[in-house]
Amino acid sequence: MWSPPCNVGSTVTTSIAAPEPPTRELAIRVRGLRRSYGDFEAVRGLDLDIHRGEVFALLGPNGAGKTTTVEIIEGYRPRSAGEVTVLGFDPALGERALRERVGIVLQETVADQYLTVLEMVQMFTGYFPHPLEPQEALALVGLSEQAGTRVRRLSGGQRRRLDVALGIIGDPELLFLDEPTTGFDPNARREAWDMVRGLRSLGKTVLLTTHYLDEAQQLADRVGIMARGRLIALGTPDELMGTGGAAIIEFEFGGSEGTPPELPANAIVEQGRVVIHTTEPTRVLAPLVAWAAAAGRELPGLRVVRPSLEDVYLELVARAEEMTP
Amino acid sequence: MSGLRLALRQVGYENRSMRRNPASAFFTAIFPLIFLVVFTAVFGNREIPVEGGTTSMATYYVASIAAYSVINACYTNVAMNVAFAQDLGQLKRLRGTPLPAWALLGGKVLHAVLIGLVLVVIVAAFGWVFYGVDLPTRTLPAALLALAVGSAAFAAMGIAVATIVPNSDAAPAVVNGIMLPLTFISDLFIPMQSAPEWLTTFASLFPLRHMAIAVRTAFNPFESGLGYEPMHLAIVAAWGLAAALFASRYFRWEPRR
Ligand SMILES: Nc1ncnc2c1ncn2[C@@H]1O[C@H](COP(=O)(O)OP(=O)(O)OP(=O)(O)O)[C@@H](O)[C@H]1O
Ligand SMILES: [Mg+2]
Repeated sequence: MWSPPCNVGSTVTTSIAAPEPPTRELAIRVRGLRRSYGDFEAVRGLDLDIHRGEVFALLGPNGAGKTTTVEIIEGYRPRSAGEVTVLGFDPALGERALRERVGIVLQETVADQYLTVLEMVQMFTGYFPHPLEPQEALALVGLSEQAGTRVRRLSGGQRRRLDVALGIIGDPELLFLDEPTTGFDPNARREAWDMVRGLRSLGKTVLLTTHYLDEAQQLADRVGIMARGRLIALGTPDELMGTGGAAIIEFEFGGSEGTPPELPANAIVEQGRVVIHTTEPTRVLAPLVAWAAAAGRELPGLRVVRPSLEDVYLELVARAEEMTP
Repeated sequence: MSGLRLALRQVGYENRSMRRNPASAFFTAIFPLIFLVVFTAVFGNREIPVEGGTTSMATYYVASIAAYSVINACYTNVAMNVAFAQDLGQLKRLRGTPLPAWALLGGKVLHAVLIGLVLVVIVAAFGWVFYGVDLPTRTLPAALLALAVGSAAFAAMGIAVATIVPNSDAAPAVVNGIMLPLTFISDLFIPMQSAPEWLTTFASLFPLRHMAIAVRTAFNPFESGLGYEPMHLAIVAAWGLAAALFASRYFRWEPRR
C-alpha cells in the first residue's frame, strides 16, 4: 500500500512549522520586540527571523519604527520588551566579540572630519581582527579617486559612500545598512547594489532599510514592510507583488480613431488613457494589437508593466494606517 | 590589536586631526603665552612675597599659567572634543565598532595630556628666556607629579562636563561657564593675598586653587623641601575620581536630540 513520505508538506508549511530547518541558521532572531519613547510606542510587538546569507529589506513610511528596530538589533538602543539574538549574542550586552563580526551603517551621516578618506578607512581597519584592505573598501564604494580628500570636502553622496566603506571595512558577516543609498546618484546606486550583491554572493547577511522600493525589489531576498511599529507584510518581492503574472496594460486612446474591439470589463478609460489590470496580458492584448495592425495604426504610449512593489507597498501601508489609530 | 595599542593609535589620529586645523592648534599653543605676557604687564613685573622670600611677578605667573595650561588642555579641550564628537555622531559610529570605549576616550585624554605638557614646556621656556624666571630643578619631580595628577584629574572633569553638554552649540558656554569664573578666584590669574576670606574658602572647595598651589610650590625658588603638596594633590585627585565616576555613570555615545 502506498503511503506519502512523511515530510511531503515541509516546503509549503515552513511558515507554520515552529522549528527552524537546521540548514538555514538564523543570523537575527527577534520575538515580541517592543520599544516605547515615553508614552509613545514606536515598536509594538515585532517578530522577525533573518537567515544567514540573506539580504533582507525593511520598508515602511517615515516614523514606522525601522531605525528604532535596527538600532535595537545593532545594540545601540535598549528595548522595552522582547527577545533579540544576533549571531547568537544578545546585542544589548555590547560584547566586543559581536561587534567584530558586524558592520553598521547608521542612518545619519557623520559630518566634519579633518582626516582624509583613506586615513578614516585606515583608522577603522585597526579596530577589526581581519579587515579588508583600505583601497579595496574604497574601490567597492567607488571612492578610490577621493582617497586623499579630506572628509569635510566630500559631497553629500560621497560622504554616504564613506559611511558604507567604514561599514564594510571589518569584512563583517552581518551588515546593517540604514538607508544606505540616500543621496546617491543613479550610477552610485547601481554600484552600491552591485556591492550588496557581491556581499550576498560571499554568503554575508545584510539587513537594510530603504525608501527606494526598486532597491528592495532589486536586492532583497525577502522584504518586510513596517507601519506604526508593526510588521504588516513579509515575503519575497514576488510573493508580495502577487505571483499570478499580474500585469497592467496602458495606452492612449482618444476615441476619434474608430471603435476598438471590446475592452475587458475592468478597463478604466480616463482622459484618453486606457488602463487594464489583468492576469492574462497576452490574451487581453492580442485582439487590441490585431485591431490596430489591421487599421494600420499605432496604440500610442502602449506599456505592459507588472504592478511594482511600490504599488503593493502603497496599498498595504494605506490599509494599515486606516486600521491603526 | 590590543586595547593599549589602539589607544596609542587614537592619539596619533587625534593629533593629525588637530594639526589639520591650524587655527585651533595655533591658538591652543599661544593662549597661555598671551595670559603670561598680559598679566605680567598689567600687574607689573615687580617683586612679590612668597614662602621664604620674594620673587618676580613673572615667577608667580609662569607657575600659575603652567597650571592653567594643563587645565585648559585637559579640561577645556577634552570637554569640547568629546562634546563635539558626541554631537556629530562620531562617538556613536565608533561605538558600533570593536574599539573599546576606554581606548577611544583614553586616546583623547592621552593626547590632551601630551598637549598640556608641551604647553607647560613652552610657558616655562618663554619665562626663562624673556623674564629670567628660575625653573625647578631639585623640585622637578614634584612639579611633574603635580602636572601629571592635574592632567588626569582635569581630563576626567572634562569628560564629566561633556556628559552634561546638551549639544555642540552650547558646548563653549557650558564648558567655559563652569571653569572661567573659577580660574579668577583660584589664585591662577590674580594673586589672592588681599581677597576676602570667604572667597578663598569658597575657591578651596574646587580643584583649581589646589592645583595652582601644588604647581607653584614646586616652582618656588625658595622651596626648602622637595616641593610636594600631598594634601592639595589629594583634593585634585579626589575631584578627578568623582568626575570619572560621574562620567562612567552618565556618559552617552549618541547625540542628544
Ligand atoms: N530618541 C527618540 N525619542 C523619542 N521618540 C523617538 C526617538 N527615536 C524615534 N522616535 C520616534 O519613534 C518613531 C519611529 O522612529 P524611527 O526613527 O524608528 O522611524 P523610521 O522608520 O526609521 O523612520 P524614517 O524612515 O523617517 O527613518 C517616530 O515617531 C519617532 O518620532
Ligand atoms: Mg530611519
